[in-house]
Amino acid sequence: MTVVEELAAPVEAEPATAQLPDVPRRIGGPTRSGVLALCGAAISGLCVSVLLFGELAPFSGALGFAVTWYAVFLVVYGVLTGLEENGQAVRDRVMTVVLWTAAGLLFSALAMVVGFTLWRGREALTYLNFFHQDMQAAGPLDPLGVGGIAHAMIGTLLMITIALLITVPLGLACAVYLNQIPGRFSRFVRTIVEAMTALPSIVAGLMVYAVWVLQLGMEKSGLAAGFAISVMMLPIVIRAADVVLRLVPGTLTEAAEALGAPRWRTVWHVVLPTARSGLATAVILGTARGIGETSPVLLTAGFTAATNYDPLHGPMISLPLAVFSFVRSPEPAMIARGFGAAAVLMALVLVLFVIARVIGGRGPGQQTRSQARRTARASRRDAARFAELRRPGLSLFDAPPHESPTTPPTPTPEPPAPTDGESAPQGPPAPADETATTSARSGGEADTEGAHGSGEAPAAADGESAPQGPAAPDDETATPSARSGGEADTEGAHGSGEAPAAADGESAPQGPPAPDDEPITGGAGGNENPAGGRDSTHQPAPEAAPAPGETTD
Amino acid sequence: MLDPHGPVLDPPPGRPPAARGLGDRVFRYQLTATGVVVLGIMAAVGLFLLLRAAQALRATGPSFLTTAQWQPDVHKFGIAAVLTGTLLIAAVAVTLSVPLAVGTALFISDVAPRGLRRTLVSLVDLMAAVPSVVYGLWGLFFLQAHVIGLSRWLSDWFGWFPLFKVDGTHPGDPLASASVYTASAFVAGIVVALMVAPIQCSVMREVFAQAPAGEREGAYALGATRWGMIRAVVLPYGKGGMIGGTMLGLGRAMGETIAVYMIISPVFVIQPHILQTGSNSVSSLIALHYGDASSFGMSALMAAGLALFLLTLAVNFTASTIAARSRSGAQSEA
Repeated sequence: MTVVEELAAPVEAEPATAQLPDVPRRIGGPTRSGVLALCGAAISGLCVSVLLFGELAPFSGALGFAVTWYAVFLVVYGVLTGLEENGQAVRDRVMTVVLWTAAGLLFSALAMVVGFTLWRGREALTYLNFFHQDMQAAGPLDPLGVGGIAHAMIGTLLMITIALLITVPLGLACAVYLNQIPGRFSRFVRTIVEAMTALPSIVAGLMVYAVWVLQLGMEKSGLAAGFAISVMMLPIVIRAADVVLRLVPGTLTEAAEALGAPRWRTVWHVVLPTARSGLATAVILGTARGIGETSPVLLTAGFTAATNYDPLHGPMISLPLAVFSFVRSPEPAMIARGFGAAAVLMALVLVLFVIARVIGGRGPGQQTRSQARRTARASRRDAARFAELRRPGLSLFDAPPHESPTTPPTPTPEPPAPTDGESAPQGPPAPADETATTSARSGGEADTEGAHGSGEAPAAADGESAPQGPAAPDDETATPSARSGGEADTEGAHGSGEAPAAADGESAPQGPPAPDDEPITGGAGGNENPAGGRDSTHQPAPEAAPAPGETTD
Repeated sequence: MLDPHGPVLDPPPGRPPAARGLGDRVFRYQLTATGVVVLGIMAAVGLFLLLRAAQALRATGPSFLTTAQWQPDVHKFGIAAVLTGTLLIAAVAVTLSVPLAVGTALFISDVAPRGLRRTLVSLVDLMAAVPSVVYGLWGLFFLQAHVIGLSRWLSDWFGWFPLFKVDGTHPGDPLASASVYTASAFVAGIVVALMVAPIQCSVMREVFAQAPAGEREGAYALGATRWGMIRAVVLPYGKGGMIGGTMLGLGRAMGETIAVYMIISPVFVIQPHILQTGSNSVSSLIALHYGDASSFGMSALMAAGLALFLLTLAVNFTASTIAARSRSGAQSEA
């Protein structure tokens, strides 16, 4: 491939590389001579451009000076590097500097835009009335001591609330639809939504204006502006949420499905909780975009200087629209108000953004400490419920095991009457640890809990299900246990990506309709033959024992 | 409901059908309904624009595309001027933003210190979330005054190139008024470039980051420098994402309203000189005239909006097709 073609030549050209000492090659990072070359090139560039602009040529202008400096700097840096390195390394060094420059330019532009707005806005922000008055009493020539942007803040708040009320349920449900119900139609919807993410915002405003004002004869209002913002935000939220939902590990949903959870339960208890932080980020970023949009509001909200709390009637104004209308005035006080409103808007976006980053900093499925604790507690509750079910009086599991020809002497041929009776064949180390006992009895469930802590657990679960399989006997006794097991595990599986393997084992009790053959399949999650499955029941037990111990401390 | 008596001896491989039982069927119908609603909303955008624009389009016919002036009340209007302006501004924006976006994306994915990368990604996302009116303020009150020198230099030295020509000035004329260089497509293009660069950058960065680690290490193992690795592995891999991101930015640049409206001074002639004052764009035309439009004028504005809508839709479809067809773009996103 291209890699070979381009790179083979230099490697062959230097057979000396074969004799190099066996140390890792430096690929990036500063070296002493590199830093010196950088400094030298910068100084030399500065000198050359000072000379050019000051003495030799009739040049002028700060921008030209900077560009000349940079060009000379690059050339000198390349030459300096070329003194001690080969051509490839020179190109690498120069391009590294160019990439740094590109990023530096972009980020300094961001800093300039934000900083300029906040700096020019400081004047208006020092007046307290700016935050709690509207512009009704302020004439065009009034100083900053009169009037404020309270009406715009209220308007923004109402509009974005309306937009969120529409966008969040509809957008998230549509994203779930795109993920959960694949098919030609959902693919079509996804294509359209993706194409709509770059819908010009003014077109969204125009559309709501055409429908709401022209077609239905309603007045321009906060509600119409909310609709317009929704139309604009909807594709953005759907697309972002869709991407997040796609990141939910397939093993988790497969585990839930394998446990017999219906699709809606899988979505509600596994997919959405797992993607919660990402979904929140998607919504918040959509909100930040929606808050900042001017043009849909411009067409649909009308304009007012008074405070309007009623989104159904009368014109309303939002922060960006207020900025826009303030700075169209030539009055310095008005322009200062415009910058003040822009600074407030910018601060709002910044706050939303920080919240989104704090929430969305974790990947899907990663839990905070309190979430992990809650999941562990839910798992323990389920374990207790299972212990309840397995009480001899209920006799759900006490039915005589099916004698299958493929599974010779299973470790649990006899009905497990007492609580400790079953953990005995688990192997010698299976101890007084109650969690281990639970795991022996209701195999998959407790192992799911174990899987929160360690990646070892799944193997244990596979082995565990082997005794579970043949013991899963008559239809009607096995079914309730399978179903309750499925639900419990669906809840337990929230946290960890490791759970599914455990669930594979758990699918053994799932298979009651296929009693004779399925036990092999159930056990074969990890081992190919029933004998192996039987053996493994002895081995993984000590592994399983410490795993729950980690989480239940 | 699980039916234990069902003859499910040999379940077919693959995913079981989504609807098993009542809960699932309701769930499925509800979700499909939301899909239909969303699709309906998106279709309504085009439909209602078309409906409303029909009157004006019927009145002018194909001359809608070739007329430059905008006087709907005497039935003399077209989008030739505003469409040219839109495309010129978008072209300036994309020309300036793509190098910045590619450079920054490569910087974040391969060059930046590891500890810094997450912060930089957040900063790029933040930049995409800055309201357009804030960019407009910056362009109007800060950039405009500082860019006159560059505009003048460009027109002095490259004025022979039609795009950079400015009427009414001579190179070396010390008395030339600076105002011929303000409120131009060039200034608006710079501002829009800053608005679309983060969007392009985040698409590209995502694709670059997905370049397979095995191939990267292979390149290093063959003796490549970092830039050699980028050229041999990352850039070919990310080609689809780069094109897709560029087109996505182009779509956004064409639809940008407020920042452009704040900066340019609208003219209704075809103005190919990007450095000269006066330009126009479809969206700022709508923002300018929606307030004083008659019923027919509104219909004409709807027609202009429809044209913009179709244009951006075409660009976006092309972008997603290119991105999807390439090896890399499968998971690119805005």
